[in-house]
Amino acid sequence: MSSAEIAAIPENEGFKIRWGDCAPFIALALIILLGALINSNFMSTNNILNVITRSAFIAIIGVGATFVIATGGLDLSIGSMMAFVVGIMIMAMNALAPSLGAWAIPVGALVALVVGSLCGLLNGLIITVGRIEPFIVTLGTMGIFRALITYMTDGGSLSIDRSLRSAYRPVYFGDFLGIPYPVIITLVIASLGAFILYRTKYGRRVTAVGSNSDVARFSGVHVGRVRTMAFVIQGFCVAVAAICYVPRLGAATPTTGQLWELQVITAVVIGGTLLRGGKAHIWGTVAGALILEVIANVMVLSDMVSEYLVAAVQGTIIIIAMLAHRFTGPR
Amino acid sequence: MAQVQKQGVTPLVEMRDICISFGGVHAVDHVSVDLYPGEVVGLLGHNGAGKSTLIKILSGAYQADSGEIHVRGKKATITNPRDARALKIETIYQTLALADNLDAASNLFLGRELVTPLGLVDDDAMEAETRKIMAKLNPNFKKFNDPVSALSGGQRQSVAIARAVYFDAQILIMDEPTAALGPHETQMVSELIEQLKAQGIGIFLISHDIHDVMKLCDRASVMKNGQLVGTVDVDDVTDDDLLGMIILGKKPGVAAD
Repeated sequence: MSSAEIAAIPENEGFKIRWGDCAPFIALALIILLGALINSNFMSTNNILNVITRSAFIAIIGVGATFVIATGGLDLSIGSMMAFVVGIMIMAMNALAPSLGAWAIPVGALVALVVGSLCGLLNGLIITVGRIEPFIVTLGTMGIFRALITYMTDGGSLSIDRSLRSAYRPVYFGDFLGIPYPVIITLVIASLGAFILYRTKYGRRVTAVGSNSDVARFSGVHVGRVRTMAFVIQGFCVAVAAICYVPRLGAATPTTGQLWELQVITAVVIGGTLLRGGKAHIWGTVAGALILEVIANVMVLSDMVSEYLVAAVQGTIIIIAMLAHRFTGPR
Repeated sequence: MAQVQKQGVTPLVEMRDICISFGGVHAVDHVSVDLYPGEVVGLLGHNGAGKSTLIKILSGAYQADSGEIHVRGKKATITNPRDARALKIETIYQTLALADNLDAASNLFLGRELVTPLGLVDDDAMEAETRKIMAKLNPNFKKFNDPVSALSGGQRQSVAIARAVYFDAQILIMDEPTAALGPHETQMVSELIEQLKAQGIGIFLISHDIHDVMKLCDRASVMKNGQLVGTVDVDDVTDDDLLGMIILGKKPGVAAD
């Protein structure tokens, strides 16, 4: 162990790590370049704005999933939970519309945020108090939320009151200085997420718990609280996504949010967050969500591969991303 | 004899008549050990002899079924690792010392992060403090911005020790501190232990390497099958005596005592 050896290694390591953190952004740039070469319409302002807006849901939920995954957890219930929150929100707004008019919308949004956070709290408490694997717990709640939305819609669809449509529409379709609202909301949520994760004690403990929960426990960290809180953040993000989602189609159906958990987890993992926890990359998750949406868009525009295969391509991407982690990561 | 030397000094730690069992197995069976300031006490025994379990009671990971712990002469209740920390007891676990994905400073301050007046983590201050203490403990240490998984065994051990020292530990528990270290790094860790002793810190050193114990410790307590075989002054015994205690559970020179 000579001092020369010690001094030489850090520069190399530092360079490698920075490169790794950039990987999702480089991949995104390459796919955009590919899209631009394949179809001239790809780079049109309309198409680009549309793609970015569509990716907002996955990105917003992904910010929450980054917290959960960084603590070493996993939440499979997010897609069903979103459908459930959308359903509750529509029912609340419809019930309030006659008395409150357009004010039913912010009240409904508040209801959604509370319900979403409580759903997350439920997942978190069952996992930490009951000491059950997150995979099993959220597999269970995934079924429960899905069944509840199917029950609430009676197998059909649950639409928002006509009187609210025009007032609510801009939340998805409107823009501020040319930037669609869902994109602004994504930026706000991701900035908040990055702030909490990188600048607060809680964020530091999230990565510590994911890195090694026993070390964190022996260091005096309330591991259970940190884990539970991550699920609450996840639930809150799901509710924010639901608030953006309702004006898009104006209805909840039994298939709302189906398989979104696959897309969200894929976005988080290709964004550079370790699936086993301990390393979190919020802006990588946002890039990951964009990558998924851009690939789907390129597939639709190119006609080379059927768009029915989008989910297959996304599934392939998460497997390739995991393999890349395995073979490029340390040990 | 050790007791005679220490007369008049309050022990840092006295664990009296500690028992704990798991599903009918007496992992620790009426064991008493003590530790004085500036002293290293080795805890020896085979795997499963109960030494790690005993020490986890002191560090708050387990709670004893019966028995008392006195810290600096006062009866102490330790129900979790936070209680132990409040009593200035720090533990350096063999495998559980550091969170691999965090850098040295984040590990050093894990659970006790330094914050700015606004309540945000103050990375600059934490790194500066880490640099200060590492300059004292291990001047060769340079990898402040890498996750600790990139460090060598000795460097990791020095970060773990730095953490204990920074928070003013008076009682240090080291679990196999030199396991998996090369000779050079083992030397570094023994020098660190000497430094800590000189500061009046008391150290429990868990090991099953007799040579480590002979070299680093002042006294050794040997355990077998959950029971205390005996506590001896290391200067009074030979390697073989200790081996006999570990393997046969016999205290040496009982007749001469």
